[in-house]
Amino acid sequence: MKAVIKGAGYSLVHTPDMVIHNGTTQTTERIVNPESEYLKELPKHIRTFEQAVAYYPNQAYIGNISPDELAAIPMPWNEQECPLTNRYGKFGQIMPQEEFLLLMQACDVFDLVELDAEFVAAHKDALAANEIIDESIMARVKDGVPADKVKELVENEHAEGLYHNGKLVGAVKRAHDIDTNLSAHVMHENIVSKASNVVGILGAIKNAGIAKEDVEYVIDCSEEACGDMNQRGGGNFAKSVAEIAGLVNASGADIRGFCAAPAHTMIEAASLVAAGAYKTVVVTAGGCTAKLGMNGKDHVKKDLPILEDMLGAFAVVLSEDDGVNPYVNLDILGRHTVGTSSGPQDVTTALVFKPLEKNGMKVTDIDKYAGELHNSDILKPAGGGDPALQFFKVVAATAVKRGELEKADIATFPAKYGMVGWAPTQGHIPSGVPCIGFAREDILAGKIKNTMVIGKGSLFLGRMTNLFDGVSFVIQANDGQGDNKGVSEEEVKGLIAKALKEFAAGLLAE
Amino acid sequence: MSILNGKKVVIIGDRDGVPGPAIEECVKTAGAEVVFSSTECFV
Repeated sequence: MKAVIKGAGYSLVHTPDMVIHNGTTQTTERIVNPESEYLKELPKHIRTFEQAVAYYPNQAYIGNISPDELAAIPMPWNEQECPLTNRYGKFGQIMPQEEFLLLMQACDVFDLVELDAEFVAAHKDALAANEIIDESIMARVKDGVPADKVKELVENEHAEGLYHNGKLVGAVKRAHDIDTNLSAHVMHENIVSKASNVVGILGAIKNAGIAKEDVEYVIDCSEEACGDMNQRGGGNFAKSVAEIAGLVNASGADIRGFCAAPAHTMIEAASLVAAGAYKTVVVTAGGCTAKLGMNGKDHVKKDLPILEDMLGAFAVVLSEDDGVNPYVNLDILGRHTVGTSSGPQDVTTALVFKPLEKNGMKVTDIDKYAGELHNSDILKPAGGGDPALQFFKVVAATAVKRGELEKADIATFPAKYGMVGWAPTQGHIPSGVPCIGFAREDILAGKIKNTMVIGKGSLFLGRMTNLFDGVSFVIQANDGQGDNKGVSEEEVKGLIAKALKEFAAGLLAE
Repeated sequence: MSILNGKKVVIIGDRDGVPGPAIEECVKTAGAEVVFSSTECFV
């Protein structure tokens, strides 16, 4: 059974106040250098919602501009006036902070999120008008509490404040008195991940044109961990998201693997569908507050806006073969093994060339490669370069060494076979998977026949291993033939020749 | 002779460039002693 890509959803949430209060660059600075110039300057560099929407890479993320069109826009993109101002796109939406805070409260089933009643009253209609929000979610929105109560929770009850335009409008309470795994900080981080995940998954289900009841399994591949002191990271984000999204027939579980997790999860999900275990599986991830403003110091130093003010979310719907949609070819899987070094050339060989070689393919047999799709407009001012371009150059250079590409083609390879990055630096979000929405469309339109998606992860961050990690898979056009691969003329000739040889050998033996 | 021969080396690798362990392997072959090696992630 082929596992096809039925649809994908990509959404962003603009969270400017969380940059200031929850991004680790800022929270660390507040501890080690509370009077720093950076903290004083930071609020002046925060973008408005309108500015964040009218930003080319964000418009690419929600599908209003293609990667090719984005590549044609001169950089730096943050200096370009962007005429695209629609908060909705064909892949998803850019949700404003005020709607998101209400959605956070709706996603909280333990009465941990308390919002100022006036704030709720002011923005409830806006959330209700959101095209993915239905009555079941609105029924979860509470009326809120007096402002004094919110202040009391933050000042005296260890609650994490929720802010909008610099004003305290809510709080996330701790879920336990002494368990740090259930502290207000952790609960805030996890509820944000859950709520943004809901935005992504509802968009994907809408785009795939399926009923919520069709989803049988959900796999979350974000970067947070939920659990208590006895099982830190026990899970399960996936099922909690499915509950809010109304996926009544779904179960689910979480997969982790740093930035490589989405690619790992796509392979597991496709395998589940291909094996017939589940008919429809959704791979999904929410965003990460810790990474907000991660490179903010350099942005402020260079008088740029804080560009890391977006939470990212995505979801991909995989279903059993419909004979039309592109499918995940499980014969072409790349993986970085324990025995592989962390050198860029070895990593690239393991992820790109070995799976191709195994299938008798060369680097140019893949029409598009997608990996490290970080928005370099964010990273270049911080000295981080352009990870997507760097990666495609290594692929090209390795191909030259293997005799699969001419040296002169290295310069043109990234643009021809790769793509520019447009995803916010939310760790797992840029790791190859942002291309799936565009790749599905281009394959269906016959513009390309396949795409290799590569996810790479930095396992050393968890201090469990220094090994690198990554996996890759190929999405390709569906020939509509199902699993009936047929038998070629050559194969028939070979079978007849083999039978005749055996017959002749039998005669000689007699 | 290698300029790194007999030298003590501190390595800060980049997850999106060349990671620490890969630099370690290179400098060891040049006769250097690795006293610290880490890899940083900016994404």
